[in-house]
Amino acid sequence: MGVRDIFFIGVLMGGVATLSAGFPRSSQPHRTSNPTDPAARTLAEADAARDVVAIVAQVNERLRQRRDKQHATASGPASELAAMRRASLALAGSIPSLEQVREFEALPEGARVDRWIDALLADRRCADYLSERFARVYVGTEDGPFLVFRRRRFTTWLSDAILENRPYSLIVRDLIAADGLWMDHPSTNFVTVTHTEATGRPDPERLAARTSRAFLGIRLDCAQCHDHPFQNWKQADFRGLAAFYGGVHANLRGIHDGACDYQPVDRTTKQPTPVAPRVPFLSEILPAEGSPRARLAAWIVDPRNPHLARATVNRVWALLLGRPLVEPIDDIPAAGDPAGILAALADDFAAHDYNLHRLIRTIAAADAFRVDSASAAADGPSDDDVETWAAFPLTRLRPEQVAGSLFQAGSVATLGPRSPWLLRFMAYTGGNEFVKRFGDTGEDEFDARGGTIPQRLLLMNGDLVQSKTKEDLFNASARIAMQAPADAQAVEVAYLAVLTRRPTAEEAAHFVKKLEGTRGDTRKRILADLFWTLVNTTEFSWNH
Amino acid sequence: MDLGHTALLDRRGFLALAGVSWLTPVGRLLADQAERSKTPPRSIILLWLGGGPSQLETFDPHPNTRAGGDTKAIPTAVKGLQLAEGFERLADQIGSVALIRSMVSKEGDHERGTYLMKTGYRPDPTVEHPSIGAICCHEMPVGHTDIPRHISIMTGQWPSRGGFLGAQYDAFQVGDPSGKLPDVVSSLPTERVAGRVGDLDVVERAFARGRRARVDATLHRDVMARARVMMSSAQLKAFDVSTEPESVRKAYGDSAFGRGCLAARRLVEVGVRCVEVNLGGWDAHVNNHEIHRNRLKELDPGFSALLRDLADRKLLDRTVVVCAGEFGRTPKINGLGGRDHWTNGFSVALAGGGLRGGLAVGATDPEAIKDPVRPVQVEDVHATILTAVGLNPVKENVAPATGRPIKLSAGRPLPELLAI
Repeated sequence: MGVRDIFFIGVLMGGVATLSAGFPRSSQPHRTSNPTDPAARTLAEADAARDVVAIVAQVNERLRQRRDKQHATASGPASELAAMRRASLALAGSIPSLEQVREFEALPEGARVDRWIDALLADRRCADYLSERFARVYVGTEDGPFLVFRRRRFTTWLSDAILENRPYSLIVRDLIAADGLWMDHPSTNFVTVTHTEATGRPDPERLAARTSRAFLGIRLDCAQCHDHPFQNWKQADFRGLAAFYGGVHANLRGIHDGACDYQPVDRTTKQPTPVAPRVPFLSEILPAEGSPRARLAAWIVDPRNPHLARATVNRVWALLLGRPLVEPIDDIPAAGDPAGILAALADDFAAHDYNLHRLIRTIAAADAFRVDSASAAADGPSDDDVETWAAFPLTRLRPEQVAGSLFQAGSVATLGPRSPWLLRFMAYTGGNEFVKRFGDTGEDEFDARGGTIPQRLLLMNGDLVQSKTKEDLFNASARIAMQAPADAQAVEVAYLAVLTRRPTAEEAAHFVKKLEGTRGDTRKRILADLFWTLVNTTEFSWNH
Repeated sequence: MDLGHTALLDRRGFLALAGVSWLTPVGRLLADQAERSKTPPRSIILLWLGGGPSQLETFDPHPNTRAGGDTKAIPTAVKGLQLAEGFERLADQIGSVALIRSMVSKEGDHERGTYLMKTGYRPDPTVEHPSIGAICCHEMPVGHTDIPRHISIMTGQWPSRGGFLGAQYDAFQVGDPSGKLPDVVSSLPTERVAGRVGDLDVVERAFARGRRARVDATLHRDVMARARVMMSSAQLKAFDVSTEPESVRKAYGDSAFGRGCLAARRLVEVGVRCVEVNLGGWDAHVNNHEIHRNRLKELDPGFSALLRDLADRKLLDRTVVVCAGEFGRTPKINGLGGRDHWTNGFSVALAGGGLRGGLAVGATDPEAIKDPVRPVQVEDVHATILTAVGLNPVKENVAPATGRPIKLSAGRPLPELLAI
């Protein structure tokens, strides 16, 4: 019996003692940023960890007001395992492994979810995943211009910042205002990704569009071509914002500010006309001194400007719950915050130094995140119930979440930086190919629409699913077939590994009957069938 | 997905289809379709030359000029209209081909240029536009087509997408038609698959408890049922070019691209609305001439056999064939014998769909000093193609995220190509 098998039996029996070495809480965040960099200031984790009680209570009260107003009925609390699945999908991009489920269940009941989220936030895998999600907002999904854009450097820099919980305001300041080479100062890739061959420099208008959506939660770029008929924004507002990037150039020294040569064509004179940097509102808090980009960054991260906090809260809410608190995610309407939930969270976020970990903990502790997706009503939650967060929404998993979950379900141990290189290699290469075939959703992160035929074909017949359900060494179905001593236990383990829950009595009876009296290859085949069935359910492909 | 089609599926039922239509020949389905509608929907075949082909070595040769290099021109079936050497077979079919030689664009980057050419719109962070194939699938009735109506053969780096119309309009990606279709066929015996699907009901029932309306709204099970209809559809045989007579296969050329062109014709016959056949490798920054000579060995037989075959089968009038890449290449030959990206005067070829052939629209300066005569914008080509397949380019769809109405194409059809 090999080491892995001993390990597996330990997992199966819930033998926590044998696993303590692998317990995520013991893993130390890997800090790689330069300590002399002022941006590397970190927050005291311990301080942030538990003082969210008051803000959570406030958010819960506002959620209740919102439900009452629409006469919605709150569902009961979700099981702890259901909340664990949600948290793992949102923060690490995959369902939890069987190993992690065992660790989780060894924690004291009632405190499991909070402690699990703490463990995730200290985990490099989580920072890597969140970095990818945020990177889409900052630099999109295009490969970007050759040579001057280094996506990998950019996401690694962002992952470091998220792991050490650098104040989000400092991250944003770096993105907007950093100078230097895109290799040495990876945050400058926010600027270089808009590098345009025709002009030989970053594009001020594309930068203004990104800035207004990502950091202000406003689609100022809708006024790029003309004044917007239904919005307050004028073309002059957009051009004023773009002018802050009007002097940014790229050369051998990297990104730096030079003379402003942003001269868009005037609508009436049809002549290129210089435009001065100007913010669309709250101009009294725009600093008079500094480079244009530094002034813009200071204006955005000033706590008196509520937009950064609101835009960030809305996005983090969507990361955790599958849809934003207020829609559209990047164009938050002024009157779009019933019961003031967004405002309460945004104020707390700004008042606590734009602490991302605290924000995640707060939202994940609120009733909206902890409530069941099912209800006692005959048909389950109504549209109103879902709209008012009285029930957890069903949302489609993103392609990389499906890929990550498939790999995870097919292997008992946790995949990621701590798992054996072979497993990781398979997860990355197969995973990317899978994501490509599954069809990335691009920048439209929270597309509510249903899945596609090719996606269903891929999960029914694709190589990845076939190899995961085939009788090979690295997948859970074969392991369970070999190791689980009793039929009922084998079925339960399969459910925990794929759906992060135990089977109902009806399900258990159905599948246990199939396994009865089987041995060897027949038994493996039946468990492979069970795995196939579980990964092809609605439950597997949707967050709930 | 649209609910109307789900209802259709329910009526027919998966088992009924498997039992009755299993052996139905492709032709029967085609006849069926023709019978139901007097004006059958039209299709597009896009021969996509990824990387950006040189106009000078393809559709717009300028022999004996500095820009033309030593590329020779050949005469065609139409007097006065020349193609670059290597297009000997296409030269015979030129009567049905319109060459647009004065394409202009502002997108000189591969990814952005591809987006522009495939959607008719420049990349825009506020909305993701659908490609022209997705538009056709969205605008035209589903009919009796069980397989995806938007297909990409030998998919390149940036396949055609559904954009704001939805991922269900993304091109279904397949490889060389000589290989096995990805994910469509289960490797397991039928009864084992049936057993798995039966088990699925048990788990779905448990999950739907207390959330039935929400689970129904996901349409997960409907999409899965449609995928299973596709898995057993006789129309899948359209991908299998091995059943074609040897003479036909030979005419298309013994290459993945040739087989892709042949499969495209077969797919159009079973009601597929847009097939993209990819032939990459045109990004000739080095050794431009040699690269183009080699690429044309595949493009010429595939393109010309497709036109002839479609015409023989009376399909050319209801199929628009487009041959294009994301941009052209510089008139100046660089130090490595290559040509770089060029957006001010490149070529696109259009054929079929009732469009006029045997002519060239616009012209480029042989010395490459002056701008092209009668410059044509990418959106105008889109408007022309949409008109040729019977759609109205000014029709608007609403992008869900912003609520912005967006025209099928912002351009105007080229009057030179529309028959009076």
